[in-house]
Amino acid sequence: MTMLKTILAATTAGVLALSAVQAQAQEKLKIGIITTLSGPPAVLGGMLRDGFMLAVKQNGGKLGGRDVQFFVEDDELKPDVAVTKAKAMVERDKVDFVVGPIFSNILIAIMKPVTDSGTILISPNAGTSNFAGKDCNKNFFVTSYQNDQVHEVLGKYAQDSGIKKVFLMAPNYQAGKDSLNGFKSAYKGEIADEVYVPLGTLDYSAELAKIAAAKPDAVFVFLPGGMGVNFVKQFRQAGLADKVKFLSAFTVDESTLPAQQDAALGFFGGSNWAPNMDNPQNKAFVAAYEKEYGGKIPASYAFQAYDAALLIDSALKQTKGSTADKDALRAALMKADFKSLRGKFKFNTNHYPIQDFYLVKVAKRGDGKYETQIAQKVFTDFADAFAKDCKMQ
Amino acid sequence: MSLLLLIVQTLNGLQLGVLLFLIAAGLTLVFGVMDFINLAHGVQYMLGAYLAVMFYTLTGSFLAALVLALLASLAFGLLLEFAVFRHLYERDHLEQVIATFGIILFLNEGVKVAWGASPLSLPVPDAFSGSVVLMPGLLYPVWRIVIIAAGLALAALLYVLVTWTRAGMLVRAGASNARMVSVLGVNIRRLFMIVFGFGTMLAGFAGIMIAPILSVQPGMGDTVLILAFVVIVIGGIGSIRGAFLAALLIGLVDTLGRSFSVDILRLVMAPSPARTVGPAIASMLIYLLMALVLFFRPAGLFPAKGRG
Repeated sequence: MTMLKTILAATTAGVLALSAVQAQAQEKLKIGIITTLSGPPAVLGGMLRDGFMLAVKQNGGKLGGRDVQFFVEDDELKPDVAVTKAKAMVERDKVDFVVGPIFSNILIAIMKPVTDSGTILISPNAGTSNFAGKDCNKNFFVTSYQNDQVHEVLGKYAQDSGIKKVFLMAPNYQAGKDSLNGFKSAYKGEIADEVYVPLGTLDYSAELAKIAAAKPDAVFVFLPGGMGVNFVKQFRQAGLADKVKFLSAFTVDESTLPAQQDAALGFFGGSNWAPNMDNPQNKAFVAAYEKEYGGKIPASYAFQAYDAALLIDSALKQTKGSTADKDALRAALMKADFKSLRGKFKFNTNHYPIQDFYLVKVAKRGDGKYETQIAQKVFTDFADAFAKDCKMQ
Repeated sequence: MSLLLLIVQTLNGLQLGVLLFLIAAGLTLVFGVMDFINLAHGVQYMLGAYLAVMFYTLTGSFLAALVLALLASLAFGLLLEFAVFRHLYERDHLEQVIATFGIILFLNEGVKVAWGASPLSLPVPDAFSGSVVLMPGLLYPVWRIVIIAAGLALAALLYVLVTWTRAGMLVRAGASNARMVSVLGVNIRRLFMIVFGFGTMLAGFAGIMIAPILSVQPGMGDTVLILAFVVIVIGGIGSIRGAFLAALLIGLVDTLGRSFSVDILRLVMAPSPARTVGPAIASMLIYLLMALVLFFRPAGLFPAKGRG
């Protein structure tokens, strides 16, 4: 009898030991996605989620060889809500990575709760200057850009193309002020006027009259979301599009173009990517995204999230699927050994990307849909200005 | 700052005023006659715009879309009245606020489920898609002139209805003292239903007319709702004349404030702080105005008779 018990015990122990070894590899990879899914910004938040999930789907539902389990949370554009949900993700659900958010104020709120728990945070959109510089964090990676860079693209273009007089306009909040400062840091010509409008302004008749009176060569505006839709329509209706060049950041992109339509044709924006970018992985991505999500053309929020998934996949391949050794995982992420949809991609010392930036122009595709297209390259291997202040532990 | 710019900005201010009147007219009727705080007025405006986009996609004609969307707005408003509002007439204002706020949340999500979260667009009807030259380099869309005309026509229509028809007399009496009207044998329930339906249609009409120049998106009614309340508080609750004059006043103050606040401040301070302080003051101006009116004339500038 005891002999049987011994054999039984040994077999059980053996089986358990074997399954424990298998467990790490078979255990699902938990990814928490925190993004804005309510209110008008839900368009952007949805694109972030959809871009990331498309990448996982195309990879057979796996990243780094492990099946992915998603935890998608809506931050409702409220920092306090975001903190609660981010804490739940890292403490209760024990996610391996947190991906998100769209908005800078949410990023600032969730940075500490997520990174203090040792979980790696990857932002496919928000990229504030403090986390690029003095508040840089070893557990934080960015696949988009540092916010100021996009505005500088337009400033440099205006400066280099000989535009003499520019009219500036942005909403009256921190991001608006940062935007115009970013533009002015690269543009040294004459500023006709610098106007701050209340967030959510619907009717721009007063501002359009001011623009007409000032007779600038170009306008530069940062009017995200519905504000941009309204301004573009009214700008065109006021007949200013033929006389004044339209330069913008985050105002004409694939999330607003379906509403702006013909009114936005020929208008300029700045970006690190455009849907018509000519490399094989991007062409495949745009086609797959349109097929999967009802014919919608992806915007930058989608492609950057897709790249974040590719980044995680590449890092996990190097650590053989394990997230246990954080130092090894961080080193693998830093290598950024994946084919980015934008072509060249590498991380700076502060975990923000060094990449090319382009002037993009709104155009109509052959099938009648609107997208931005690469017009010219403005910056090559552009690193943000804050990296030197980063002393990463 | 030239005289021409001043004239243009005044015109813009008046246009904004007429736009605000279109939106506030229905709200003041409902609040005035039924003493009912209808926060859902903003989402009814939004729904009007969405219905117009939907019918335009189906029929391809703006006129057909306008008529169908108006009828659909009316139907939906009556449905809301039957299902929710009619139980709230006797209740406390706070309970009306909570209930109609709930409807705002419900409809904002509802339009997102039905039409998606992306902003939608309604094109200007072809007949009115031209522009007139307002000043060198600035064109004024003919559609905005149509909106002004529609607003003025509506003001005239409401004035005629309220002053010279029997129903209008009942509305004015109801605004002054609803209980007395009921005691005198008028079917107050039916009057309320008609007024409410009309108010909903006005909100929908405003949404449809404005949709070609603004983006149609979830939550578009919320900012507008606040402005509408400012208009009726300044104008006097229940008073169409008050709403019209207050709307024009607010349109002028807001537009001229936004246009010239920085220039005016530059007379007393350096350009850089003027640029920061100016927009802040400009956005506060209409609320400062409302506070002043409430302090000196709590019933509004042109209150309905019997309420002053």
